[in-house]
Amino acid sequence: MLGNLSTPELSSLLALSPSIDQIGTNERITRIQARSIKGAAKMQGLRMALSMIDLTTLEGKDTPAKVRQLCFKAQHLHDQAADLPTVAAVCVYPTMVGVAKKALGNSGIKVASVSTAFPSGQAPFEVKKLDTLYALDNGADEIDMVVSRGRFLSGDYQFVYDEIAAIKELCSTARLKVIFETGELDSLDQVRKISDLAIAAGADFIKTSTGKIQPAATFPVVLTMLGAIKDHFDKTGQMIGMKPAGGISSSKLALQHLLMVKEVLGEAWLSNEWYRFGASSLANDLLMQYQKQLTGKYQSAAYFSID
Amino acid sequence: MEILKTYKLYIGGQFPRTESGRSYAVVSPSGQHLANACQGSKKDVRNAVQAARKAQGSWAGKSAFNRSQIIYRIAEMLEARKGQFLEELQALGSDLKSATQEVESSIDRCVYYAGWADKFQTLLGSVNPVASSHFNFSVPEAMGVVGVVACQQTALLGFISQVLPALIGGNTVVVIANQKSPLCAITLAEVLATSDVPGGVVNILTGEVSEMLPTLSAHMDVNALSIAPIEAKLQQKAQEEAIDNLKRVRIFAEPLYAESAQGLPYISDFQEIKTTWHPVEQIAGGAGGY
Repeated sequence: MLGNLSTPELSSLLALSPSIDQIGTNERITRIQARSIKGAAKMQGLRMALSMIDLTTLEGKDTPAKVRQLCFKAQHLHDQAADLPTVAAVCVYPTMVGVAKKALGNSGIKVASVSTAFPSGQAPFEVKKLDTLYALDNGADEIDMVVSRGRFLSGDYQFVYDEIAAIKELCSTARLKVIFETGELDSLDQVRKISDLAIAAGADFIKTSTGKIQPAATFPVVLTMLGAIKDHFDKTGQMIGMKPAGGISSSKLALQHLLMVKEVLGEAWLSNEWYRFGASSLANDLLMQYQKQLTGKYQSAAYFSID
Repeated sequence: MEILKTYKLYIGGQFPRTESGRSYAVVSPSGQHLANACQGSKKDVRNAVQAARKAQGSWAGKSAFNRSQIIYRIAEMLEARKGQFLEELQALGSDLKSATQEVESSIDRCVYYAGWADKFQTLLGSVNPVASSHFNFSVPEAMGVVGVVACQQTALLGFISQVLPALIGGNTVVVIANQKSPLCAITLAEVLATSDVPGGVVNILTGEVSEMLPTLSAHMDVNALSIAPIEAKLQQKAQEEAIDNLKRVRIFAEPLYAESAQGLPYISDFQEIKTTWHPVEQIAGGAGGY
């Protein structure tokens, strides 16, 4: 059934997307943010957040050496602290997938590649296809595709749907994350609608942002997307993963996100199979907090690696 | 109706209440309740150090001349608020004569250190003779974030004497103010906020020294400590805790409010000397320079 809805079927599916109560959403978030996590629970949360990171470098100036450096960091987060988990994946551009794959070897860390003309998605479909195939041929375990926001906003849902479904077909065993770039979508209703659309088209993960546009992974947006995942699960029993990306740079924010997932979706999602953070600077902050918990001393960035 | 002032902390250019929500009474020597001050906590120390770290790079990056102007501006603003400081000092037990003297000395000290901004580098730096083809030179650099336990005998002058020399050298500071008489320090914060000192360069906490100093001295992101005479046990503990990241600890035995408590050594206490070996081309037969 996935991936071959006709236009009328798609329209009736999207007509079911609920509209989002913004005030209610904010209320709920305020309550989540007011909680404080301390002691053993905090330690566990920090470790969990570390294990969920997609350590990311997506810059025009990326080089093989930079990517190798990042891969080293992914495997050796902070050797001074014993028994730390590794991150979940390293996220790079398609041209760097081969380098990352080789550098990570059999560490178990996945290689995620952005694709379909990241970050804008403004390229002909043929190009997006080649982009994805290139990443897959080089060994990408996960594909982070961007959707055509322009088409979505102008109401061409079928186009966006078909595009996601086609890329999903290319992926075969690789897991597909679909990036909405919610900073360009204006309202929570749109976020909910595109979440439902992407899930119907076969997304394994839904992801907030590219990290290139502000605002990125805000709490209301993430809560809305989690709601879509929950409704889908209640209806079909199928789990969909969630990846907030961009703007989550502190441990406090990361822990609050984890609280939100646990509250909305439950414990089953609290693993890096179903939940990821797209981040680059978050890892160091988590490590500094972890070290602070261990030693009781506030830490300095000077003693942690520059990514 | 008399409106009493609320004395708060000064962190990152803002005047927040303490994160802990606690306060303590500031009383005059005769036992009169003067005001409530914030009783700062560990987390306030953390926030203050964070603000100081954030501000340090751009403060050290300003031209020496610009830093000089900014410190001079503090003197101007102090002058304008003289009356308020006199009142506070008298409420805390000084007579008019000694209060006037303390405020005037403080203003003088600002002007004095403003003058040092573009001069100490020349005196502390050097070009060194070496036996290879290198141009070898040493320059002083700011240490970074300096934690200060302010003078506990005076409310204003001691504070100025400790903070300004660290500041003029490009450091940012987190100050634990005089515990019994923190009022002038917070009024001074208002002076700093309205002069051109960027937010985060000076951060002021009030409360118990014994509660906040351990956090400050153990903090890995604090590079040095400047400690005015306090209880010996506290001093020793601070020195022990400073070991982890090799903080430089300067403990002042002399009274910081004295006429003589100023000068180049107070600046160099919080400077790190950086020596650079710069290769120079040795043209065949040319004589070596240094």
